[in-house]
Amino acid sequence: MSNVLRPYLAAVRSTLTAALTLENFSSQVVERHNKPEVEVGGSKEVLLNPLIISRNENERVLIEPSINSIRVSIKIKQADEIERILCHKFTRFMMQRAENFIVLRRKPVPGYDISFLITNTHSETMLKHKIVDFIIQFMEDVDKEISEMKLSLNARARIVAEQYLTAIAT
Amino acid sequence: MAPEVYHIAQTPIIAHAFNADRSALAVSLNSNEAQILARSGKEWATIETLSEHDKVITSIDWAPNSNRIVTASQDRNAYVWQQTPDDTGKVIWKPTLVLLRINRAATHVRWSPNEDKFAVASGARAIAICSFDPENNWWVSKLLKKPIRSTVLSVDWHPNNVLLAAGSADSQARVFSAYIKEVDSKPAATVWGSKLPFNTICSEYRSPAGGWVHGVAFSPSGDLLAFTSHDSSLNIVYPGSNVVHNVRMPSLPLVSLVWTTEDTIIAAGHDCQPFVFNGTEGGWQEAGTLDDQSGGASGGPARRGGLAARSGAFAAFQAADSRGLGGSSGSSGSGDTKLTTVHQNTITDVRIYDGAPGQVARVSTSGVDGSLAIWDVNAVSAITGRLGGMSMR
Repeated sequence: MSNVLRPYLAAVRSTLTAALTLENFSSQVVERHNKPEVEVGGSKEVLLNPLIISRNENERVLIEPSINSIRVSIKIKQADEIERILCHKFTRFMMQRAENFIVLRRKPVPGYDISFLITNTHSETMLKHKIVDFIIQFMEDVDKEISEMKLSLNARARIVAEQYLTAIAT
Repeated sequence: MAPEVYHIAQTPIIAHAFNADRSALAVSLNSNEAQILARSGKEWATIETLSEHDKVITSIDWAPNSNRIVTASQDRNAYVWQQTPDDTGKVIWKPTLVLLRINRAATHVRWSPNEDKFAVASGARAIAICSFDPENNWWVSKLLKKPIRSTVLSVDWHPNNVLLAAGSADSQARVFSAYIKEVDSKPAATVWGSKLPFNTICSEYRSPAGGWVHGVAFSPSGDLLAFTSHDSSLNIVYPGSNVVHNVRMPSLPLVSLVWTTEDTIIAAGHDCQPFVFNGTEGGWQEAGTLDDQSGGASGGPARRGGLAARSGAFAAFQAADSRGLGGSSGSSGSGDTKLTTVHQNTITDVRIYDGAPGQVARVSTSGVDGSLAIWDVNAVSAITGRLGGMSMR
């Protein structure tokens, strides 16, 4: 991990730790409902200011806290067309299996590639600091994963081209 | 002195309340049934289940003298439970209906000091003050409504049985008069005011950075008010001179608090440990923590030791060698799953366990990790550099 990434992740980690101070909060708009307030947005006073932590113009994290849930949205680095396609396929693959990831949201927030929704139920059933670790680990790995996929895609393209051209040359 | 720790359940303890002689305990285990536990040896065992609610029970209070339990739930109802013999002569806990007249979740409930009424905070932007109506054998309520703009998160009674403090999600802590003509005799004048008809707003305080007010408490004499808010601060109000002391914390927000003496407060919350504050009218400060941070850790990494520790270090060096990864605070999280604090997750409730108001000797805390701890209030240790791994530092 580069030294530039470290303070970025440290900032995300401490923000997430502070934002993950959730409690069970029943809706004050609809009777007998208990919904993530950050998604419903019915009562403004239980939402906190959303926060963007940005590493550069195409890598940023949006954290939207509320009294009983937080939404974390990540914009993954996409330098060129290949990375854009790979990133789209990768996040799509994961979001189709969102229930296996528990905290993953089925649709990203507009402007971001992938979103997580953590509610008070999650912070009650799982260890809070491990949820934070999971998000940070994800952010670390997703860049690595995509650049690895890009490399193997390029290598494969080279091999295919070589094979094709040797077939023509002979 | 190490605290007594009991692991009650795998599920969060939302609220807990002891009976008068501390031999039984009522808890809400994040479900619609309240459990009554009794001490059996070194553990607590369920002896009875109170099931009448159909949504999560948010708060429980046990009246020490009249031995009645009141439960409040997100299903908009509250019940008063009283031990009565049934047809066969067996003593059971029998619920009595409370006509709350609120249409949102009930969030917090407390008996008044004289145990003749109780206050139910709710998400309907109202507080129901309930008193018993012997004619119909149910509890009737009067609503405190006027300036409340959001869910009321907590309430606390003044020792004079009339004044009520409430903290709400509109980041205000308020002191109301909950005087009910049928129940109360005319109260004597206090620092909060002298003429107190129902729904008088005696005072109103905003949390300095606009955080939701999670907990409120009157001091043992009733002359001071303390409240904790989501901006990680504790505020102490001196109504006489109209001074509000604000103690800002570097830790995560505090949720619940109790006064142990007239100049000491114990508060706990998302940082998983009880903090001690003391001060006078001149100023308030954090005095330390009751958790000496040896509880959780002793069972965790220390026991593991040996091979695991070596291979952990080995893996770290290998990562540094092959991929240029350094072991740092910003990157991969701490390897151990256990926190160094006694509670492994947010503390939801702090209650007085032992001692008269004003000279409390022990307090009890319950947490989202399903454990209950009983602390000696005098065993204050300094705050160590590592704040439980939960803090923002």
